[in-house]
Amino acid sequence: MKWFITPRELRRLGIVGMNQRNTGMIARLNHRRNYPLVDDKLLTKKLALDAGIAVPELYGVIETNHDARHLPDLIAGHEDFVIKPAHGSGGNGILVITGRMGERFRKASGLLEEIDSLEHHVSNILSGMYSLGGQPDKAMIEYRVKFDPLFADVSFQGVPDIRTVVYRGYPVMAMVRLPTRGSDGKANLHQGAVGAGIDIATGVTGHGVWHNDIVERHPDTGAGIAGIAIPGWDRLLELAAGCYELTELGYLGVDVVLDRDLGPLILELNARPGLAVQIANGVGLSTSIDRIEAQKPKNPPSPAERAAFVQALIGAEPGVRS
Amino acid sequence: MKRLHLPLLILALAAISLGIFQHKVRNLGFPVLPAQITDNWIVEARVAFEPTGGAVTARMLIPHQPPGFALLDEHFVSRDYGLTTGMTGDNREAIWTTRSPRGRQVVYYRTTVYEITRSLRPSEEYPGPADIPQLEEPYASAASAIVERVRERSADITSFATVLVRDMAHAPDENLALFVTRGGDERERVRAAIQLLAGARIPARMTHGLHLTERARDLQPRAWLEVHNTREWVPINPADGSVGYPANFLVWWYGDQDPLELSRARNAQVSFAVTRNFQSAVDAAQQRALLLDSRIADFSLLGLPIQTQNMYRVLLMVPVGAMIIVLLRNVVGFQTFGTFMPVLIALSFRETELLGGVILFTLIVSLGLAIRFYLEHLKLLLVPRLAAVVIVVVMLMLMLSIVSHHLGIEHGLAVALFPMVILAMTIERMSIVWEEHGAADAIRQGVGSMGAAIVGYLLMINPYLEHLIFVFPELLLLVLAVTLLLGRYTGYRLSELIRFRALSGRSGP
Repeated sequence: MKWFITPRELRRLGIVGMNQRNTGMIARLNHRRNYPLVDDKLLTKKLALDAGIAVPELYGVIETNHDARHLPDLIAGHEDFVIKPAHGSGGNGILVITGRMGERFRKASGLLEEIDSLEHHVSNILSGMYSLGGQPDKAMIEYRVKFDPLFADVSFQGVPDIRTVVYRGYPVMAMVRLPTRGSDGKANLHQGAVGAGIDIATGVTGHGVWHNDIVERHPDTGAGIAGIAIPGWDRLLELAAGCYELTELGYLGVDVVLDRDLGPLILELNARPGLAVQIANGVGLSTSIDRIEAQKPKNPPSPAERAAFVQALIGAEPGVRS
Repeated sequence: MKRLHLPLLILALAAISLGIFQHKVRNLGFPVLPAQITDNWIVEARVAFEPTGGAVTARMLIPHQPPGFALLDEHFVSRDYGLTTGMTGDNREAIWTTRSPRGRQVVYYRTTVYEITRSLRPSEEYPGPADIPQLEEPYASAASAIVERVRERSADITSFATVLVRDMAHAPDENLALFVTRGGDERERVRAAIQLLAGARIPARMTHGLHLTERARDLQPRAWLEVHNTREWVPINPADGSVGYPANFLVWWYGDQDPLELSRARNAQVSFAVTRNFQSAVDAAQQRALLLDSRIADFSLLGLPIQTQNMYRVLLMVPVGAMIIVLLRNVVGFQTFGTFMPVLIALSFRETELLGGVILFTLIVSLGLAIRFYLEHLKLLLVPRLAAVVIVVVMLMLMLSIVSHHLGIEHGLAVALFPMVILAMTIERMSIVWEEHGAADAIRQGVGSMGAAIVGYLLMINPYLEHLIFVFPELLLLVLAVTLLLGRYTGYRLSELIRFRALSGRSGP
C-alpha cells in the first residue's frame, strides 16, 4: 500500500474531505438552530420518545453539584448503568459501569472505581469539561445496553454500535463500530475502535478499518469482521431515516445499538458525523449522494420509502461494494 | 449574483490592496525592501554682508528644478528679515529685506535635495538662433576661422560645442588664443565659448552649480556651459567638452551673473557647504508624499509615535500568522490545540528565539502536564483546577527564569514573555486529549501546534514580510482576500491524502 493517495483517485472514489463536509454538507444542510436537538442528548431522547423511536431508558439527571449527592440514590437498584454528559461530543466523558463489586463499581475496562470517583466524574461533566465550548452541562445516568451477541466475537468490551449517515433523510452509508482494547470500550474510530462497512442494501458487514488501515480481523479477538448479517436491517435503516424528521438536519449521523432484549435503540444523533465511514465502506459519500440527488422522488416520501429507495438504488449496482 | 458575491468581494479587496500598494511604490517611492537608504544632500548657502546704513535688500539666487535633483525641503534662516521668493528670468530668488540692521549680518538658505532619474524641469523651447556678435578685427576674422574649422569636424550642434570646447581646452591655435587667456578662470572660458558659439548662431548660456561632495565647506560654484540643440539645453563640460552634468552636480543658477545682489551693503560673502545625509527610504518617501500632497501618506503608520509603531510592527504580523494557520489547518491539515494558540506562541518565540522558545515551551508544557495529572487525582472542579494550572505555570516560569539565570543562560529569562494563560489552557486541553484519546493523539496535536507555531514564527520574523506589511498595511486587505478565498476551499487536505490512503487502488463506482 502506498503511503498516500492522489487527489484524483479520491475524487474518482467520490470521497468527501473535511473541508467539503464542513461547507458543502454541514454548513449547507444543517441549520444551526437545529443543533441543540442533537447536541443536548436529553432533548434528543425526549424527541425520540415522542416520535415513538426506541431509546435507552433514562435513570436520572444530575444538573448541579449539589444534586450530585443523589447519585447513589439514582443508581440504587441498577447493577449496571452509563453516566454521560448531555452535551458531550465524540464519545468523550462517557463512563460505562458494567457491574458492582461490593462498594465498588466495575468499569467497562474491568478496573474498579470508588463512588468518589464516579462523583468526581459527574462533577467534571457538570463543570463542562466534556461539553462543546466548555458550557456547564448536565449528567445523564441511563440504561446500559446489553449488546446483542451478534458482535460478541468482534468486539472487546464496550458497546458496538451502528453508525448510519443520513443525507436529507436518505440513509446513504453505514458502518458498525467495534470497540477494541485500545478504545477503552468506546466505539469511536479516532479512539481506536474498528469500523466495518455495511452493505446498505443487505445489511451484511464488509472489511474493517482500524486507525485508518484496512483490517479483515478484529485486532483483539482475531475473529473475522466481514460477512456478519445484521438482523432487522430494513427496520434499522427506517429508524435511522426517521431521525431526519426528528431533527431536520440534512447531514446526520445516527448511532444505533442492538440490544439483546430490546432490539435496535437510538443511542445518540450527531450533527457533524465524521468521514471514516468512507474508509470502512471503501467508497466515497458523494457517489451515493449524487445518485440520490439525481433520482430521488419529487414528493417527500416516508422514512420507510426512503430507506427502500436507497436499498434499491445501491443494490441495483453490484460492484460498488468492496 | 449570490454565487458571484464572494469572488467579487475577493477581487475588489485584492484590487484595492494592490492598487494602493502600486501607487505607493511607483509614485511615492516607498521602498519594497527593508533598510533601503537614499542619498540626500543638505546644501547650505551662507550669505554674509555688512550694512552701510538704511534698509538692506539681499537678493540671492536659489535652485529651481535643478536637473537630476528634487528639492525635499527648504529653510530660510534669517532673523528679523522679511523674506519673499520669486522668479526672475530663468532663476528663482530669495529676497531678504530689513529696515536698519546693525553689524555684520548672516542669513542662511538650506535645502535638502535628492537625486531623481527624471527631471522635474520642463524642457525649454528653442530660443531661436543666437545673434552674431559684432566683433572688431582681428577678433571677427579669427572667430569666423574658428567656427569654420570646428564646423568641418562636427556633425550637429552638440558635437560642434564639444569640439569647440575641447579645442579651447587642449590645442588653442593662434586664433583661439585671442579668446582664451591661459590660466583664465572657468567663467571667462565659458563666456568666450558662448561668444564663439554665437558666431555659429548657436544659442548657449552659462550655468552655475555645485559639485556635491561629502562634508564639503566653502564649496566654489562651478561655471558650466549649456547649448540648445533646438530640442533641449545640453550641458557641456567647459573643461573637456564632455556632454552632460557629472554625477552629484547641482545646478544652482543660470546666467553669467553673481548669485548675490545687495543694496546698501558691502563685503558680501557667499559660501556653500554640503553634507551628505543618509535617510531611510521610507522617510524620504514620506516627505515626498507630503510634497506631492498625497492623502495616502496621512494614513500611514509612520506618523504614529515610535513606540506605537513598534507595537504595530508586531501586531500587524498577527493577521499573516492567522492566514498561515488557516492554510496549515484547512489545506495541509495540521491538528493544533486551540485555533490561534500557535500564533500567540509564535509571537512569544520572537522574543525567546526559536530554539530557546521551543525548549522552554516544551519544558513548561511537559512539567505543567505532569502536575496537571497529579491535580487530576485531587478531584477538583474545573475552574479551580484551571486556576491551579495557571498558578503552577507562573511558578514554573519563575523557576525556569531563576535557574537559567544562575546557569548563565540568559535565554531562559525570556520565558516570562510566554502568554501564561494560553500555556495553561494548552496544558489543560492536552491533558484532556491525553486522557480521552490517548497519549499518541495528545502528542500528535502538541507537535502539530508546535509545528504551526514554528512555521508561523519563521514567516513572522521574516524582515521582508514585516517591512512589507508595516510600510504597506493595505496589503492586509490582500491577506483578508486570501483568507476569504481559503474560506471556500472545499478540496482535500494534504493530511487526507494520507488518511484515506487505504482506499488507493480500489475500483471506483
